[in-house]
Amino acid sequence: MPKEAPIVRFEHISMQFPGVLANDDVSLSVGKGEVFALVGENGAGKSTLMNILYGLNRPTSGRLFIKGREVTRHSPAQAIAMGVGMVHQHFKLVPSFTVSQNILLACEPRKGGFLYDFGEARKRVEALSQTYGLEIDPDARVDELTIGLQQRVEILKTLGRGADVLILDEPTAVLTPQESEELFGVIRRMVQERGMTVIIITHKLYEVMAVSHRVAVMRGGKLVGLHETRDVNQRILAELMVGRNLEEERPERAGAPGEALIRVEGLKVRSDRGLPAVNGLSLTVRAGEILGVAAVEGNGQSELVEAICGMQPIEAGEIWVEGVRVNGMSPGKIRALGLAHVPEDRNATGVSGAASVSDNLLAGRQRERRFAAGGIHMKKKAIRAYVTGLFRRFDIRGAGVSVQAGSLSGGNMQKVVVAREFSADGRCLVVAQPTRGVDIGAQEFIHRCILDKRNAGCAILLVSADLDEVLSLSDRVITLFEGRITGEFTGASIDKQDVGYAMTGGRSGEVGA
Amino acid sequence: MRDIFTIGLLQNTLRTATPVVLAALGIMLTDHVGIMNIGMDGMMLCGAFFAVLGSCFLGSWVAGLGAALACGLILGLFFGLFVIRFKSDEFIIGVALNIFAGGLTVFLLRTIFGVAGAFSGSEALPIHALPRIDIPLIGDIPVLGQLLSGNTLLVYVSWLLVAVLYVLAFHTPLGFWMRATGEHPESLRAAGVSPEAMKYLASILCGLLSGLAGAHLSLGYLTLFAENMSASRGFIAVACCIFGRSNPPKVFLAALLFGFIDALGLRLQSVGVSSNLTSMAPYVVTVVMMVWVVQRGRRRRLGQGKLPDT
Repeated sequence: MPKEAPIVRFEHISMQFPGVLANDDVSLSVGKGEVFALVGENGAGKSTLMNILYGLNRPTSGRLFIKGREVTRHSPAQAIAMGVGMVHQHFKLVPSFTVSQNILLACEPRKGGFLYDFGEARKRVEALSQTYGLEIDPDARVDELTIGLQQRVEILKTLGRGADVLILDEPTAVLTPQESEELFGVIRRMVQERGMTVIIITHKLYEVMAVSHRVAVMRGGKLVGLHETRDVNQRILAELMVGRNLEEERPERAGAPGEALIRVEGLKVRSDRGLPAVNGLSLTVRAGEILGVAAVEGNGQSELVEAICGMQPIEAGEIWVEGVRVNGMSPGKIRALGLAHVPEDRNATGVSGAASVSDNLLAGRQRERRFAAGGIHMKKKAIRAYVTGLFRRFDIRGAGVSVQAGSLSGGNMQKVVVAREFSADGRCLVVAQPTRGVDIGAQEFIHRCILDKRNAGCAILLVSADLDEVLSLSDRVITLFEGRITGEFTGASIDKQDVGYAMTGGRSGEVGA
Repeated sequence: MRDIFTIGLLQNTLRTATPVVLAALGIMLTDHVGIMNIGMDGMMLCGAFFAVLGSCFLGSWVAGLGAALACGLILGLFFGLFVIRFKSDEFIIGVALNIFAGGLTVFLLRTIFGVAGAFSGSEALPIHALPRIDIPLIGDIPVLGQLLSGNTLLVYVSWLLVAVLYVLAFHTPLGFWMRATGEHPESLRAAGVSPEAMKYLASILCGLLSGLAGAHLSLGYLTLFAENMSASRGFIAVACCIFGRSNPPKVFLAALLFGFIDALGLRLQSVGVSSNLTSMAPYVVTVVMMVWVVQRGRRRRLGQGKLPDT
C-alpha cells in the first residue's frame, strides 16, 4: 500500500442542495497508486463528493487539495488540467459522433490552425487504444456501440486527456459480468503498470473486495467508515452502509401457479437497428409465478419485453395478455388489459425527469374519476394524498413529491417507477432490470415487492442482468442466447454454472462480450 | 409554357431564395446548439429597416449593410441573453421578437421617414442599393452567365457562406463543439468547454446572418422598406432548416426549392392565374415539407426505411 503524500484530500467538505444536505463534513484522502472504493446507499452523497472533486459541484464549505495544491475556483477544465478524470454513470458522449470524435472532444488535432484533422485523430485514438490495451474502432458511431464499449470510449477519453486520477461512478451498473471482469483487469493494469489512482463508486460489495485497496463507506452524506479492504468483509460493509442488519428470509410462496396470463408464441422481433433480435420464441407466464429471463445483454431480452408491452413492432408470432391477442395494440391498450411494466432504462422510458415526482407517480391514472372530475378537472387534494401515500409506502427519499423527478438519485428514481407500476391494478407484470444501479436497501425492498406481487397471484416476467437476482427470485428460469431459448430451469435445483453455460449459447470458454 | 419557364424564372429563383438562404443558415447555427430561433422573421425585418436607415442617412450601401449587421448583432445578443442567461423559453422570446420587430419598424418608419406603409427613398434621402456584380468571363457564357453574373452582392455572399458554414460545422473543432452542445451539452462541459459560450456564439452569428438577410430584402431584392416586408420568410427559413436537416448544402437546396416555387407563382400570375392562388404557393410548399419531415421521423422511429445520415 503506497503511503506517500495523498494525491487527493478532502477537508471538512459539506454540500447543501435545496432541501438536502448531500455531504456533511466529509474528510478523507486518497493515496497515489491505490484503488479506492467509495460505497454507500443511493443518495448517500458519493456522487456529489466525486462531482466536487471533478469540479462539477462547488462545495458549500470545506477545502479540497489535489496533488498537494488547494483548489479554490474549481471546474472540470481545471480538474482535467490537474490530471483528474471522471467516467460518469450516465455517459457523457455525443451519440451521433464517432468514437474518435468523442474521445478527442475539445482537444481535437488541427491542421492549418482551425480544420479538424481526421487522419491524425484516428491515429491518436488507435495509439491510445493500443497503449492501454483497450480495443475500439475509432470510426464507429457511438450510438451504435454496446454499453460496455461506450464505457470503454469514456475511459479512453479520460486517459487521452492525461488523467492519472480516474474516478469511476458505478462503472459496472450497466455491464455484463464478463464486461465487469474485463474492466477490473483494466483497472488493475492501470494501477500496477502506470501507477494511476482509481476511485471507484459502487454498490456491489464483492467488487469492492475484488478490486480495491481501501474502502470508504458513506451514509446520509456522512463518512461512516474508512478501512483497508483486507480488514473488512462484505457483511461488515453492508451493515455500515445501511446502518441496520439486513433481513435475509423471504416470504414463502403461496399456492401453485394458476392460469396462463402472458403467452408468447413463435415471436420474432427486430431490433431498432433492423437486425433480428428475437428469433421464434415461445413462453408462458402463469398467475402466481415469476419467470426469470437470464441472458447476456443484447440477446433479445430487451426486444422481447418491448414487444410484449407494445413498444416494438412484431415481425411474426403472437402475444396474448389475459387471454387477449395484443399484436399491434398500443402500449396504452395493453396496459388497460392489466399489464404493468418496469422498463429497463428508467431515464429514457421509466420517468419523465422534467416532470414532478407527483406527476410521475400519477402517470397513467390521471383520468381516473377519483383524481379528475369528469376526467378533466384535476382533484389536487386526492392526487396529493395518493402520491404522498406511495411516496411514503415505497420509501422514496427526496425533497418531496413536488420536486423534479430528474433531481432524485438513481435508486430513488427507480423506486418512483416501481411505486407506480406495482400499484397498478392488473395481474401481469413485466419487470426489466428492477434494481440496476440501486443500493442494497432499496434492492431488498424491490425484491420484496416483486415476491409480494407473485404471492398475490400476479404473473411476472423478470428480466435482469444480475444473475443472482434472477436465480433468487424466479420460480422458473429460461436462458436466451441470440434471441432463442437455450435452456429452462425449474425449482430448487437450479445450478448457476448450468445457467451461465446456457446463457452463453452452451459454448463454454467463449464468454467474452 | 414558354412564357413561364424562362431564364428569368431561374434568375428570380436565386433572388427570392437568397434572404431565405441567409436566414436559414442562421437558424441552422442555433439549431446546432439546440436552440430553435423562431424570432428570425422579426430579426430580418429589423435588419431590413436599419439597412435602409443606414443607407439613407450615411449615404452608402456599405453603411446600410453595417447598420443591418449591427442591428443583427444586438438582437442576437438580446436573444442569447434571454434564452441562455435567463433561461427563458426560446419560443416565447422568438414570438416576442417578431411582435416587437413589427411594432418597432412601423413606429420608426413613421417617426423618422414620416411615411406610412413603405419608404422607397426621396430626393433628399435616396436609398443606396447594394451593387450588382458582373463577373467578367463567366458573364459571357450563354444561359449560365445570365444566372451566375450580375447578381447583387449578398447573393454571392450567401453562396460563399453555404460553403464556409459547411466547413465550419463538419470540418472544424468549433463546429463539433457547437453540434455537441445541441446534442449532448454535458459531454462538452465535462470536456472543459462551456456549452453556454457555444450558444452565445451561435446566437450572435445567427443575428449577423439575420442582418444580412434583412439587408438583402431592402437593399438588394428591392430598394425600399415596407411594413412587414419579411412576409414570414423567417418562418419559411425555419422550415428549410428542418427540411435540410441542418446541413448547409441541403438547407441551401431547400431554400432554392422555396425560391423556385415563389418565382413560379409570380410567373403564373403574369399569365393570368389568380394572385390569391399563386401567393399561397410558398406556404403550401412549406406545409408539404413539414409533412414529409414528420413522416420521415415516424419511419425512422419504427426503424424502417432508414435514411443516410448527414
